[in-house]
Amino acid sequence: MQPIADGLFTAENPPRLIGGRHKDSGRIVFPCPENDKFEPVPLSRSGKLWSYTIQRFRPKSPPYAGPEAFRPFPVAYVELPGQTIVEARLVDVDFDALAIGMDLEFTPTPLDPDAEDSVLIPAFRPAEAA
Amino acid sequence: MGEVCIIGVGIHPFGRTEGMSGVDQGVFAVRQALSDAGIEWGDVQFAYGASEAAGNPDTMVDQLGLTGMQFINVRNGCAAGGSALFSAQMAIKSGECDIGMAVGFDKHPRGAFDAKPAEYNLPDWYGDAGFMVTTQFFANKIMRYMQLNGISRETLGRVSEKAFRNGEKAPHAWRRQPVPLDEILDAPMVSDPYSKYMFCSPAEGGVALILASEKKARELGVKPIRLKAATMRTRPPGSFEVFAPSIDIERGGSATNIASTDAFRIAGMGPEDIDVAQLQDTEAGAELMHMAENGFCADGDQEKWLIDGLTEIGGKLPVNTDGGCLACGEPIGASGLRQVYENVVQLRGAGGARQVPGDPKTAYSHVYGAPGVSAVTILER
Repeated sequence: MQPIADGLFTAENPPRLIGGRHKDSGRIVFPCPENDKFEPVPLSRSGKLWSYTIQRFRPKSPPYAGPEAFRPFPVAYVELPGQTIVEARLVDVDFDALAIGMDLEFTPTPLDPDAEDSVLIPAFRPAEAA
Repeated sequence: MGEVCIIGVGIHPFGRTEGMSGVDQGVFAVRQALSDAGIEWGDVQFAYGASEAAGNPDTMVDQLGLTGMQFINVRNGCAAGGSALFSAQMAIKSGECDIGMAVGFDKHPRGAFDAKPAEYNLPDWYGDAGFMVTTQFFANKIMRYMQLNGISRETLGRVSEKAFRNGEKAPHAWRRQPVPLDEILDAPMVSDPYSKYMFCSPAEGGVALILASEKKARELGVKPIRLKAATMRTRPPGSFEVFAPSIDIERGGSATNIASTDAFRIAGMGPEDIDVAQLQDTEAGAELMHMAENGFCADGDQEKWLIDGLTEIGGKLPVNTDGGCLACGEPIGASGLRQVYENVVQLRGAGGARQVPGDPKTAYSHVYGAPGVSAVTILER
């Protein structure tokens, strides 16, 4: 399955998100802006839940390109230590178990989990216990 | 230099009005404001008009009269009305004109706003993946705020409960039916922790304010409400805004912080001097966070303020006396001006069943919008 856009994930396996580091200030943002002020930088695979909500209704199409069939999904902000806080879906987690500060790991996820060939979007899941 | 005064106000009721365009509702509000000020359309030298989705405001001259006056259209998200008012008062302050108007109206389709990524300088995939939803941001913002500051979900419910109770007493409000707290808390969820009663809806409506120089107001013999400050500001570094694929770990202030601080400085007042406030409440938590962001209380104090009823109409600082966006809905172009309309009504003592007791002398209004804009006004009688 292909990423939803070029330049979002590294080519390694498993992949990481690609952020952009401002060449002068060192500030890191996601995604990497397409201009010469920023250089691509791989983002941490692990992070902590900064905040979250549950999307309970199907977003309007356009622009939403997900499946017609709708199941509620968590939309979160995940703090990647020393880098930035990224917005992403959460997967493989009970909504009731969500807690700010919990450990998460990056896992690109199909936009349509029921399709054989879906695009992958940025997502995190609870980190495996060490 | 003299002060800028508000000498006339008009409103078309908010909600849904079949058979009336957004422009029609704006025109309705203008005629009411002219009559309130006791002047004719031909007396108005200029206007700033705000509309997000209901057409160009300057087309109003077709109905109001082709006097050749100057009419400037304003688009600035949820701060459009505030921006129109800011611009209008500048024209008078500069001495260029001595009587003008700020007007705003809108008419949105039902359902959530359908923003497109390109309008916000964002890549298409962001919308494809389902992130182009304003409610996600508001919910994420309050979820963290509640955790850090000990705010309960019940307190969110109390904000909505108060809004519908106040809306019942405001003739221009849309939702005029009180809803019990448990029904608000148990209603279907839209975006956790918010149920459907905790978000406002896109709506319709129109508001017009007639502004004049102090000298002109005196000539006309009207009792003016003084515009002590009108500020409009954009975001500082490290703020958290709607449609943000990433945010900085190092947290900063907000556009609201800056607009508020500057308004108090310009007016020569502090939060303790304000008798009534209208604070942007597109969702229940916004009213709570904006109480703190505008300097009226410390983060976390809102829990006790709401339990003690301090923001009720008879409380220490009445907030959103007409039910705010939660009860009036949000026609983007008109929303910020509705707050100022309500403040003028309160300062005139004309609030009827929702009148703030104790003869209020100062009033504060605040709007916030995407992608990090805020506008504040302070009025004094």
